[in-house]
Amino acid sequence: MRALALFLAAMLAMPLAAQDTLPPAPYAYQQLEDPAQEAKAMELMHTLRCLKCQSQSIADSDAPMAGDMRHQVRTRIAAGEDPEAVRQWLVDRYGDYVSYEPRMTASTWPLFAIPLLLLLVAGAILWKRIGRRSEGGAGELFEEADV
Amino acid sequence: MSAELGLAALWMAAALAVLQLVGGAIAQRDPDAPLAALGRPAAMLQGFLALFSFGMLLWVFAITDLSVKLVAANSHSMKPMIFKLSGAWGNHEGSMLLWVTVMALAGALIACIEKRLPEKTMQATLAAQGFVALGFYAFLLLSSNPFERLPVPVPEGNGLNPLLQDIGLAFHPPTLYMGYVGLSVAFSFAVGALVTRQVTHEFARVMRPWVLGAWVFLTMGITAGSYWAYYELGWGGWWFWDPVENASLMPWLAATALLHSASVLAARDALRAWTIMLGVVAFSMSMLGTFLVRSGILTSVHAFAVDPERGSFILALLTIYIGGALLLFALRVSTVSEGQRFAATSREGALVFNNVMLSAILGIVLLGTLYPLLTEAFDVRVSVGPPYFNPVGAIFTIPTLLAMAVGPLLRWREDNIERLRAPVAIFIVLIVTTALFTVLAKSDIGILPLLGLAVAVGLGVASFMPLRGRDILRVPLATWGMVLAHFGVAVSLLGMASESAFTKEKLVAVAPGGTTELGGFRITLEGVEPVAGPNWTAMEARISAQRGAGRPHVLTPQSRSFWAPAQETTESALLTRWEGQLYAVVGNQADDGRWQLRLWWKPLVTLIWLGGLLICLGGVLAIIGRLVADLRRRHADRREAEEREEMAALRANASSPTANWEAV
Repeated sequence: MRALALFLAAMLAMPLAAQDTLPPAPYAYQQLEDPAQEAKAMELMHTLRCLKCQSQSIADSDAPMAGDMRHQVRTRIAAGEDPEAVRQWLVDRYGDYVSYEPRMTASTWPLFAIPLLLLLVAGAILWKRIGRRSEGGAGELFEEADV
Repeated sequence: MSAELGLAALWMAAALAVLQLVGGAIAQRDPDAPLAALGRPAAMLQGFLALFSFGMLLWVFAITDLSVKLVAANSHSMKPMIFKLSGAWGNHEGSMLLWVTVMALAGALIACIEKRLPEKTMQATLAAQGFVALGFYAFLLLSSNPFERLPVPVPEGNGLNPLLQDIGLAFHPPTLYMGYVGLSVAFSFAVGALVTRQVTHEFARVMRPWVLGAWVFLTMGITAGSYWAYYELGWGGWWFWDPVENASLMPWLAATALLHSASVLAARDALRAWTIMLGVVAFSMSMLGTFLVRSGILTSVHAFAVDPERGSFILALLTIYIGGALLLFALRVSTVSEGQRFAATSREGALVFNNVMLSAILGIVLLGTLYPLLTEAFDVRVSVGPPYFNPVGAIFTIPTLLAMAVGPLLRWREDNIERLRAPVAIFIVLIVTTALFTVLAKSDIGILPLLGLAVAVGLGVASFMPLRGRDILRVPLATWGMVLAHFGVAVSLLGMASESAFTKEKLVAVAPGGTTELGGFRITLEGVEPVAGPNWTAMEARISAQRGAGRPHVLTPQSRSFWAPAQETTESALLTRWEGQLYAVVGNQADDGRWQLRLWWKPLVTLIWLGGLLICLGGVLAIIGRLVADLRRRHADRREAEEREEMAALRANASSPTANWEAV
């Protein structure tokens, strides 16, 4: 049992240890045959963060890890998986950080609530500054401008 | 010796900033005090000393003085001269010195030439400028001394990050800093006007060229930075919503709002408090940008300094200046009256709409940039990227673009929308037709690129509508500026939308002599050869691209290896045609001898940066137009004053008997 655990641990660790020495995974720099699938994969890759880079998506990086992740995404899409399922698989593995598309969770709700609030505030300001005044019409405008 | 001279000049400049602050403050109580007269000369001398100090830094980099710590850490004797010099500001300390120098020069310039405002307001402005400069001098001298010597000189320097050894990036930081610093001048004017309660249309006229200038530089900086990322990073992306990019976009958004609001204040004496507020916000965004990039709170290609001590220093400066300015604003805003009124359907109304929308976009970018940093502090790591910024930003951007098409056609103060029926109808028809044709041509197009294409076409035409029915030769330069800048936005938008909708990508492994096809080009890899540069070696591919029976074009992308510091970069090769760009990158060689090529055909992509240039050109025309008009107006005012004086003199000579003069 213990040997099996060790073996599994080694299997999991291997891609990390090996990624700098092995040649890049086949689909790191190779497109899928089917253009529709490739487009799907591409769109997904642009929204996944390369964890070893600085603010780059896996579609924009030469880092070996980005190559491995591209390979993962392409093979899974080619196997018929839904892009969102692939994203979920990566999020389960690496955490929310890997996805550039924030999900609504207990810690990210302000990202969605604040734009709504902004929309309301912008509407209120516009209403207050220019909406109401127009009700008074030209007569009121004249009066105030003359003061 | 030169390093010590530079440091001494920096200390003296800091002392002069203190004098400027104290002199300006005293002038508020007693305008005739001896110290009050020193404000302007102090600002001019400070500008000279800062420039001298920066000159000394350039000098130690030019001669690669390896006893200076900064040179040893960032330069290398084998680097080409242009990159030795640009290396002077391609690091934390040097770039902060550049910032302070540009700021001191701007202060010297206003001290030297600006005579339109009341002297008391001017003194308050210079004091504010001195106060802001002082913080940055303190930061430089106490925590980022660029002239620090090493106890023992090193034999060779570390070199500069190869990604930064590029002509585009050599001029990217100075351009952005001029933009940031121009906003610091606008900020100082706003503080000066608040302190002396002189928020007038004259104040807006004085501030406007600085805002416009800052805005032109920011636009140029962002455009150049984007093009740099596009060709240098080797993946064909031109905007990543990277925090460092956002750090330059946020001041740009605030400056755009500010310059429109200042125009309303200058022309119609309305939106007084709002203009002051935006002046404070715009500079706050510059400071925040500096903080984000310089503090090391983000770690990205641009963020060279990773040092929390400096971060807290800038954060303290940020709090003092922004907090102080907002407090002043809160205390004084009640004394700033609203100014002239206007109806909803008026030029002012449209500009208020644009201002509110731009502020909302700014809010979104700010939120998306800072929120991940905030959650990271609580050990929750999230990423906010294009899938968030694009749609959420579009909610506010699209109304702004629509208002941009109609707003310039409206009259000041009050207008009737009926009058604009024809142009609005043309605009809507253009948008709908473009959208229909696009969907017919490419049915799987995303909603945002589709909207972008349609609005870009409509706006492109609409931006010239303010000229209709006017004598082209008599249209003021500033109006041409507006037309060009708005057209530039449409052009840039068209490029962005087209790039994201129609880009074709090809990743292939090709043996020398092998051929592939993309975007109607026959692309042949003729061979790969090693080449060497001054501080790198590279594998250079010779690729020929041929369209139909046309002349073949040769592209030579490289995969470079720098040795100081050791790093690999890809140098893309671009073939620019009017209808797009072919983008080629060479990767590694596989075991079977084939070379990895990355190829993109990007239709109309160059319009993105061409639009940016048009926007800059529009800004420059507006500055020239405004300055010329202002000079003319002042000349006319002077003439009128002289005539009045002559009249008074004549009247005095003629004395009372000829009372008939009065009638004249």
